[in-house]
Amino acid sequence: MNIKMVLNTVGKILIALGGLMLLPVAVSLIYGEKCVYAFIAAIGISLVLGYALTVLVKPRNTNMYAKEGFAIVTVSWIILSLIGALPFFLSGEVPNYIDAVFETVSGFTTTGASILKDVEALSRGLIFWRSFTHWIGGMGVLVFVMAISPTATDRSLHIMRAEMPGPIVGKLVPKAKETAKILYIIYIVLTLVEVVFLLCGGLSLFDSAVLSFGTAGTGGFSMKASGIAKYSSYVQWVITAFMLIFGVNFNLYFLILIKRFKMAITSSELWVYLCIVLASITLIAANISKEVGYSVSDSIRYSAFQVSSIVTTTGYATADFNLWPTFSKAILVLLMFIGGCAGSTAGGFKVSRVIMLFKSVKKEFGKLLHPRSVSTVKFEGKTLEDNTISGVTNYLAIYMICILLLFVGLSLNGLDFETNATAAITCFNNVGPGLSLVGPFGGFSCFNSFSKVLLSFAMLLGRLEIFPVLLFFTPATWVRTK
Amino acid sequence: MNIIIAGCGNIGTSVLESLVTEGHNVTVIDKDPKIIETASTAFDTMGVVGNAADSDALQEAGIGTCDLFVSVTGSDEFNMLSCYLAKRLGAAHTIARIRAPEYNDHSLTFMRNELELDMSINPEMQSAMELFNILKLPGALNIETFANRRMEMVEIPIKDDIQFTLTELRKKINQDFLICAIERDGNVIIPDGRSVIRKGDRIRLTASPFTIQKLLKHFGIETKQAKNVMIIGASQTSYYLAKMLLNSGHNVKIVERDAEKCLKFSEQLPKAVVINGDGLDQDLLTEEGILSMDSFISLTSSDEENILLSFFALSNCVRKVITTVSRPELASMAENLGLDSIVSPKKLISDILTRYARALDNSKGSNVEKLYKIIDGKAEALEFNVKKDFEGLNLPIKELKLKKNVLIAGIIRGRQGIIPTGDDCFKANDKVIIIAAGIKMNDLSDIFA
Repeated sequence: MNIKMVLNTVGKILIALGGLMLLPVAVSLIYGEKCVYAFIAAIGISLVLGYALTVLVKPRNTNMYAKEGFAIVTVSWIILSLIGALPFFLSGEVPNYIDAVFETVSGFTTTGASILKDVEALSRGLIFWRSFTHWIGGMGVLVFVMAISPTATDRSLHIMRAEMPGPIVGKLVPKAKETAKILYIIYIVLTLVEVVFLLCGGLSLFDSAVLSFGTAGTGGFSMKASGIAKYSSYVQWVITAFMLIFGVNFNLYFLILIKRFKMAITSSELWVYLCIVLASITLIAANISKEVGYSVSDSIRYSAFQVSSIVTTTGYATADFNLWPTFSKAILVLLMFIGGCAGSTAGGFKVSRVIMLFKSVKKEFGKLLHPRSVSTVKFEGKTLEDNTISGVTNYLAIYMICILLLFVGLSLNGLDFETNATAAITCFNNVGPGLSLVGPFGGFSCFNSFSKVLLSFAMLLGRLEIFPVLLFFTPATWVRTK
Repeated sequence: MNIIIAGCGNIGTSVLESLVTEGHNVTVIDKDPKIIETASTAFDTMGVVGNAADSDALQEAGIGTCDLFVSVTGSDEFNMLSCYLAKRLGAAHTIARIRAPEYNDHSLTFMRNELELDMSINPEMQSAMELFNILKLPGALNIETFANRRMEMVEIPIKDDIQFTLTELRKKINQDFLICAIERDGNVIIPDGRSVIRKGDRIRLTASPFTIQKLLKHFGIETKQAKNVMIIGASQTSYYLAKMLLNSGHNVKIVERDAEKCLKFSEQLPKAVVINGDGLDQDLLTEEGILSMDSFISLTSSDEENILLSFFALSNCVRKVITTVSRPELASMAENLGLDSIVSPKKLISDILTRYARALDNSKGSNVEKLYKIIDGKAEALEFNVKKDFEGLNLPIKELKLKKNVLIAGIIRGRQGIIPTGDDCFKANDKVIIIAAGIKMNDLSDIFA
């Protein structure tokens, strides 16, 4: 492990974090709030630390391999959360540091689970920062630093691989730096378009920005206790559409940009994703209009919004689905597991992995029927290597084990079964709301500190797709190199 | 610049490495997913798995916006076909690796025109020429030539216990020459008059070919041409080299294990002595008179075998032993172990392509005419043409403000090579040799601070 290189890169990330925190400073200045001092203190700490790490730790050997990539990503995300939590804590608005960290981790990992009892009491600067962490974490901090840093090394792909979710991480263009830039440009433009649409719906600039950050990063923090319920149906439909847009693989937008429409439109992941969404909307709409008694148009709107919000792991809510029939809740929990497309800002297990699993199961079936048959698994027109498939099945195994262990750990808290189970699922998949106590209008303040730390860790595991974080805690990763 | 490399084998990888280091957008195409996986994690490049003669794979790699397409797979015919397709699909320039001797005779020009190839590269021929140059001056470790051999740069080791500054040395040796780079403990020094050379250094000096012979005597280095050459391995490089050596009157003995290859060689090179036997068989080499050879070149396909054979030859007091090693890590290891003349075909080809890409990048101004990476790529020796609109024209060199670590090592005016002093100046149509360390030179005007 090239520790110096890891520390040096983490230093760069901290400097970038300091820069990013200037935006909430501006917001709190505009609204004349006291939390501006908390932000300035946090910026100071992150710049001093970042400067110390980049200037004092000069790696002689700049080689980076997969394990350095994993370590950089894990250390960065942990430190980002610890320092990003400072404004909440220092301003005194979230008096408990563990709560502040939970809130920040939930922000960066685009989960959107909150321990706040009264969101509306928070000052504007902090609300802005809370949602801005979604936006930063959605596409990835290191990808951002890669896009703006002048000296990207040859092996920066290792960092990108460790941070970007999905079974296969490729590049759009030959250079990693250019790829990162293109991804961020698409991300920024889409976010701005949403802001404009929301402004047209009569929202203030502040509200539009906060809601757009929550949608773009598929996070789910809003500035009202009632979530999105009180907004007009125009705003709700705009958010529904954009949640779905941000759940699509960004590579497809790039393909459209370079006018390869055919390749974009024939993506099987896109079609499966849309089919899952449409089928779920229909089933839930039918179920709730019959059982709860909403009008047809209301049930379609509620169902479309909730399905998009859960499948993209955003976690916004327009209705309390805690009160919906069990069948609808079951579908929503299933959607939490599936998640969005690979290469999007969404979390979850990812549609592409689901497709690969089904295809490989189908192949096994064929093998049973015709033991001597030879077949290959194809995905997006390409033959999948055996180790890609075994990577997906292994990921499924470790993913289920982590969720189950988390569930057992949470049970120590003494809350009911449904709360614990859905809290584990929703945090691990970076969704946000669960059922029962942690439902869309509930919160995570009912958990004790131990459970909050556990859940924060789980959110990081889920966002970074388990392996980078687990490898980081494996002793063999830490063998020193000169 | 957008560059596509087809075939990521030995040569492909080293070309990839040097072009990525130059900062180009490089995409590689190879049939083997594993090779693509390794290449795209080791270098900042994008990989496409597929057949480079298939238009779909070429499209996926972005052939429409490609400035330079390089095909370096193992098959000549495949390279020609994929370059032809690439050109048709919109690649601006195409380069193919064509190495079979039957394609590299007079039919090459015809073929290049018909296929609209911008350049063909032949690593075997390049290595053979490099080896031939070294054999002409066996005392030097390496020779680089500029402007049709009007100026040469030789690398020589300092073996005597001396310690001179360059100004003292200049006074002592009354010849026109310039020491342009000193390699000490793996680091490169671009010297000035106060720099010191001492035992253990490797220096590079430029001079015209006539003075070099005399110069080397001053440094206590033998200048007798090698007469009797033993070559192990009947590869294509051996063929080209043997042909050149025989044409200039050397005695050539080739040892090869494979009887059929021996037969073919004896047909093609009737003047050479072809021995069918194992090159690793010491008894055979002794019987064939290794003791009476004055140079020994191991050209088998295995790096390890070449290194071992070279040590055997050294222990038998062969005066000049040249080792060909294609894997760079083995090359530096062999150098540390005491083999000093090492030729790497991959390096030669990557230098050529680096130069080609730089010249393409710089459509106006003075293009790089030749480029050699020296001292493990830590410095470069470049040749430029001086254009009429060059800003430093007709000004004495001492009045030009040059960058640090840049040195003007020679000027070739007409047929005459000039070792420049502060009073010389650049004239239009001159060729200039520049040594630069740590600077990427695209244009002659890059020398100015």
